[in-house]
Amino acid sequence: MSAWISTETRVVVQGLTGREGKFHALACRDYGTKVVAGVTPGKGGTTVEGIPVFNTVAEAVQQAGANTAMVFVPPPACADAIMEAADAGIGLIVAITEGIPVNDMIRAKAFLATKPGSRLIGPNCPGIIRPSAKVKIGIMPGRIHRAGKVGIVSRSGTLTYEAVGQTTALGLGQSTCIGIGGDPVNGTNFIDALTLFADDPETEAVILIGEIGGSAEEEAAEWIRANLKKPVVSFIAGRTAPPGRRMGHAGAIISGGKGTATEKVAALRAAGVRVADSPALLGATLKEALEG
Amino acid sequence: MKVHEYQAKEVLRQFGVTTPRGKVTSDPEEARAIAQELGGRAVVKAQIHAGGRGKGGGVKLAKTPDEAVEHARKILGMNLVTHQTGPEGRIVKKILIEEALDIARELYIGVVLDRAIGKPVMMVSKQGGMEIEVVAANDPSAIVKEPFDPAWGLEGFQARKLAYALDLSGDTHKKAVKFLQALAKAYVETDASLAEINPLLITGQGDVLALDAKMNFDDNGLFRHPAIQAYRDLDEEDPLEVEASKFGLNYIKLDGNVGCMVNGAGLAMATMDIIQYVGGQPANFLDVGGGANEEQVKNAMRIILSDKNVKAVLINIFGGIMRCDIIANGVVNAVKEIGITVPVVVRLEGTNVEEGKEILRHSGLAVIPADGMKDAAEKVIAAVGKAA
Repeated sequence: MSAWISTETRVVVQGLTGREGKFHALACRDYGTKVVAGVTPGKGGTTVEGIPVFNTVAEAVQQAGANTAMVFVPPPACADAIMEAADAGIGLIVAITEGIPVNDMIRAKAFLATKPGSRLIGPNCPGIIRPSAKVKIGIMPGRIHRAGKVGIVSRSGTLTYEAVGQTTALGLGQSTCIGIGGDPVNGTNFIDALTLFADDPETEAVILIGEIGGSAEEEAAEWIRANLKKPVVSFIAGRTAPPGRRMGHAGAIISGGKGTATEKVAALRAAGVRVADSPALLGATLKEALEG
Repeated sequence: MKVHEYQAKEVLRQFGVTTPRGKVTSDPEEARAIAQELGGRAVVKAQIHAGGRGKGGGVKLAKTPDEAVEHARKILGMNLVTHQTGPEGRIVKKILIEEALDIARELYIGVVLDRAIGKPVMMVSKQGGMEIEVVAANDPSAIVKEPFDPAWGLEGFQARKLAYALDLSGDTHKKAVKFLQALAKAYVETDASLAEINPLLITGQGDVLALDAKMNFDDNGLFRHPAIQAYRDLDEEDPLEVEASKFGLNYIKLDGNVGCMVNGAGLAMATMDIIQYVGGQPANFLDVGGGANEEQVKNAMRIILSDKNVKAVLINIFGGIMRCDIIANGVVNAVKEIGITVPVVVRLEGTNVEEGKEILRHSGLAVIPADGMKDAAEKVIAAVGKAA
């Protein structure tokens, strides 16, 4: 598997003409991302700050050479937008939108299963960034990142920035940072991202940031134990979260006594992962892991 | 979103799920007529958003219409305490009066999302009336699961398999198959996140009915279901949480004394965790959202301080796109306007962080700037210590 984003990445922004879509499309372009097109049905033929807008993703692919999509379409129409991108042959679809109904995502996932050439990141995520290639697809602040050796994968946005900030401050920098999102049904999972990091020559160590709810961290732990030779440091958010309550993210809920931070931390530690007890210790723990 | 039992049954009946006959009321005198209509014998059931109502005294069998009135008087207005309400309990405002049926067997049916496979799964168990979590912990093999594709629904062979697993046969088996398929359809078409029938009743005559019903709905799908949205009962929610939701703030009240205001759900959880890590207790979870502005900060501050347990507040903002000087101004104005008396520790990170800190330092207010999450947590705990 090669890198998911590179200097060859050409981005179409679905929902470019919306406030959020426009703001972040321009921020991505400023960072260095090639933003080649926008899609808003009914607004084809217009432009946004020099970026041509098309009615369909297929047109953006044919006429502007887009190979990657960043999706800001509002929740009721977002799953549809994801499927349209996959149908148009887009290789990487990054869905930022928060609040997509679970049933819509189940449908989109089933559709994506018929499009093996398309990978979905998100939804409800900050996106993906690779500082060495100067490509950012998402809403993360570009300036806190530095090209370096740490791969970061996370279910949380701002908590990822915390890890980025610490690795930048320690001079380690980041290879690729991937936000997989806080929804219960999503595209790329921890194991997909870890597989990328395992083969990625830029990545020397990994930070995995999980949170309560579901069993993705436990599955990741099992995979790490069996497959990953690079050091992994982790933090699991929500040790103090009460059971049965959704902690902001749709997927962050302890239900039926399952999905607790304690179980996840135990699974990761059993797999040899160094789990930081405090989010403030992520950077320091990683430094230890790299030196030890 | 949660709904009451009687509301869940209203929804389920629209899809052909069979339930006992019954009627909801908030007037004890009406209980007599309802019980009479149901044949005299009736069950009076408290309607609150919590399980364990029977054990708490919220479910009573009435042998006559007079007895129904008596039970209705006792249950309506009572403070019902169950293992799910917490010690403070809930005031009962509505009762459901249902026909009393003869019980041959009690079974369990539940539909939830299986996150690992990204599809709904129907679970059945012969141990009706027991909490599924308890069954899962003690005897996981007693639960039979069948994932299904929402596009096709629960197929006939799947429903038959589940009904056989429940040891049902003959006509009852046929009725159960119809019941299970109707339940799956209701779950999918209403954007539910949980549909639980516990217990499922098999009567002496072999009929299949939902004796109890619990449904939760995916908040993100509610825009498609205005009728279900109208079921929202604000009396069942924490008043501060309701207030916060009006401003797009995600707030959950907890038991500690350190108020928290954070941007992002993950960072908000991590902030609660680090407060406990350094020896404190968070008073709340609060996510002000990615693009926190001055208005959001002000409202968040007001809501955090409505909790009288709060002895100090920790504001933790990783600016990202937002500029720290703007956030700092928001905090200063909020503190001035609301007249805050507890210490406020502020950790800012992001663009213009130095300008932000300057604003806080020169505000002349009891705002304590912090560097990093650990420093912020330690400073807020120290402030709580002084306040105590």
